[in-house]
Amino acid sequence: MNQNTIQVDALESEAIYIFREVQAQFEKPVLLFSGGKDSITLVRLAQKAFYPAKIPFPLLHIDTGHNFPETIEFRDRLAKELGVELIVRNVQDNIDSGRVKEESGRYASRNMLQTETLLDAIEEFGFDACIGGARRDEEKARAKERIFSVRDDFGQWDEKNQRPEVFDMLNGRIDLGQNVRVFPISNWTELDVWSYIKQENIEIPSIYFAHKRKTFVRDGMIWSAADEVVYRDEEEEVVERMVRFRTVGDMSCTAAVLSEAVDISKVVEEIRDSSISERGARIDDKRSEAAMEKRKQQGYF
Amino acid sequence: MKVLKIATAGSVDDGKSTLIGRILYDTKSLTDDKLEAIEEKSKQRGFDYLDFSLATDGLVAEREQGITIDVAHIYFSTPSKSFIIADTPGHIEYTRNMVTGASTAQVSIVLIDARNGVVEQTYRHFFINNLLRIKNVVIAINKMDLVDYSEEKYNIIKGEIEYLSSKSEYKGQNLTFIPLSALKGDNVVDHSENMSWYKGSTLMHHLENLETHDINDESQTRFPVQTVIRPKTNEYHDFRGYAGKVYGGDLEIGEEITVLPSKTRSKIKSIHFFDKEYTKAKSGSSVTITLEDNVNVSRGDMLVKVAQEPTITKQLDATICWMDKDPLQASQKYYIKHGVNDGQAKVTYLSSIIKTDFSGIEENPSALELNQIGDIQLKLSKPLLVDSYKENKSNGSFILINPKTNNTVGVGFIK
Repeated sequence: MNQNTIQVDALESEAIYIFREVQAQFEKPVLLFSGGKDSITLVRLAQKAFYPAKIPFPLLHIDTGHNFPETIEFRDRLAKELGVELIVRNVQDNIDSGRVKEESGRYASRNMLQTETLLDAIEEFGFDACIGGARRDEEKARAKERIFSVRDDFGQWDEKNQRPEVFDMLNGRIDLGQNVRVFPISNWTELDVWSYIKQENIEIPSIYFAHKRKTFVRDGMIWSAADEVVYRDEEEEVVERMVRFRTVGDMSCTAAVLSEAVDISKVVEEIRDSSISERGARIDDKRSEAAMEKRKQQGYF
Repeated sequence: MKVLKIATAGSVDDGKSTLIGRILYDTKSLTDDKLEAIEEKSKQRGFDYLDFSLATDGLVAEREQGITIDVAHIYFSTPSKSFIIADTPGHIEYTRNMVTGASTAQVSIVLIDARNGVVEQTYRHFFINNLLRIKNVVIAINKMDLVDYSEEKYNIIKGEIEYLSSKSEYKGQNLTFIPLSALKGDNVVDHSENMSWYKGSTLMHHLENLETHDINDESQTRFPVQTVIRPKTNEYHDFRGYAGKVYGGDLEIGEEITVLPSKTRSKIKSIHFFDKEYTKAKSGSSVTITLEDNVNVSRGDMLVKVAQEPTITKQLDATICWMDKDPLQASQKYYIKHGVNDGQAKVTYLSSIIKTDFSGIEENPSALELNQIGDIQLKLSKPLLVDSYKENKSNGSFILINPKTNNTVGVGFIK
């Protein structure tokens, strides 16, 4: 291709178009940032959409308090580099005040508790659009999601009555109190995201690459034993393994995979050859067949 | 890698979800954990086969009722192509979701149950594909295993569709007929031994080798401005960039353009994409453009090549597909969204309901009900810059929004 001709990849152009629609149609958008690969990709796309101006909205992290330390360090550094405001709201605060109850036992996870904190933050700041890195290939309830997905003032998704979304026209009209969840990378696959990170040479937290880690095995999945927040029975044996994380969620519900992929090229290769889906390592989704759908009805993103 | 966007259509229980599941299974696109879940659930339900619809019907209500309610987007790839399939519902009450899925598709697969032949929903879906002017349509005659793989049955259905097609005013369509069994896997990925009379391609072979192009590929260049970028930093103090997506042809540095609706002339000074500058922006790219002159441009304005102007109008004649429970009636007001532009629209005339079996029209109806298609006239609160849908898909379509509910209630195709 001629160096001076720009025809950006269709997925990238679509995402940039969506970002610009958000900025034009909403009063108070926010980018939901977890420090994971999808939200890091979103940040790069947002940069591209508004360059040479800055990203015109803040980042919001709903911190479960069970995040990998590498991710938190990365999050703070990225926000500083970009010069954008980073808002952090902590699930721990809602646990302390008794608004939500922490689960206990071997499958305890704070993932679901995020919803309450997210909805509080939306109300506190009056956000009318929350941009998230969810993809339709992740999970079958997500496969049903619109790009502009309207939520009522309880944050609820009415999955049976979604707005038609035709061509690339995005209808962001809402009543006061409602908000729209926006998914610019809806049509990307996991492999697309990794390939993009490689192509753009985007920095990502180190836990995505293979490293030696103290781990134990439960239910056929590999859990990090390096972190206190992951529940472990005494008889569950800790072994050092070469692992990496394929998704970066709450530590208590994100399992690792055995891997030798120490750089981005190897990661892309590994994803391409993998016979297990990305969410195969997320214990939350295995709670029931409709786990994600139920969470989304309650306001989860 | 090339991406092919596919939409499925067809009546209830003709096996759309099963076909997609079969494609995923036969192309080895189902991961082990997903396959395991399907095996387990199928067994739980007492099936002696794999219920592939479990791979796509993602909502509780869908699995309960065994029907598809909303579009699911399914992603997979073969060594030569990536595919996005919009698995759309067959039920008439969810036709709007079928339109949602089909509006961005390059290929539409219309499934027909070989036992039932062409039914009302086939008409409707075939009609919508023609209305959307989807160039490539595959007629997948499914459940051939249940009609003893009869060539005669296949030919009857093929004849009926060809007859329908002859009555449509859209003549640019490529129709491909494939007899198959999604459940048994005949002619989906592998050639069927049961239908040696069929000499054509399997469905996947056809999709992998299809050359697609869109109406927009031949259109004139349209650059609707989404937003104005003004960094106001020391480095970019006077930068004023117009951000948007190029539709139709391309735009080049130095090219003379007209800014609409003001009709101001200027030249393209620079084309930016992130931190790089380019001499040319091709169709489909989301870029930022600066102009030689300091002209007044805001969201909803459009940059076009000189002598390639669209129509500037405060009145539209359009075919509309109604997608709301509240019927459309003459004299009602709606918000109109045309690309990135907004305005108000009043229905001045509801001239007809179009029968989706191509049997004609009903003149002067009192209302257009959910899932009906009709011709209307609209008066606009401000001029819009439009092309006919035939000439430019993006600039020839619009949506209507109910001001009371904010819902998208109709999609229009400008004549």
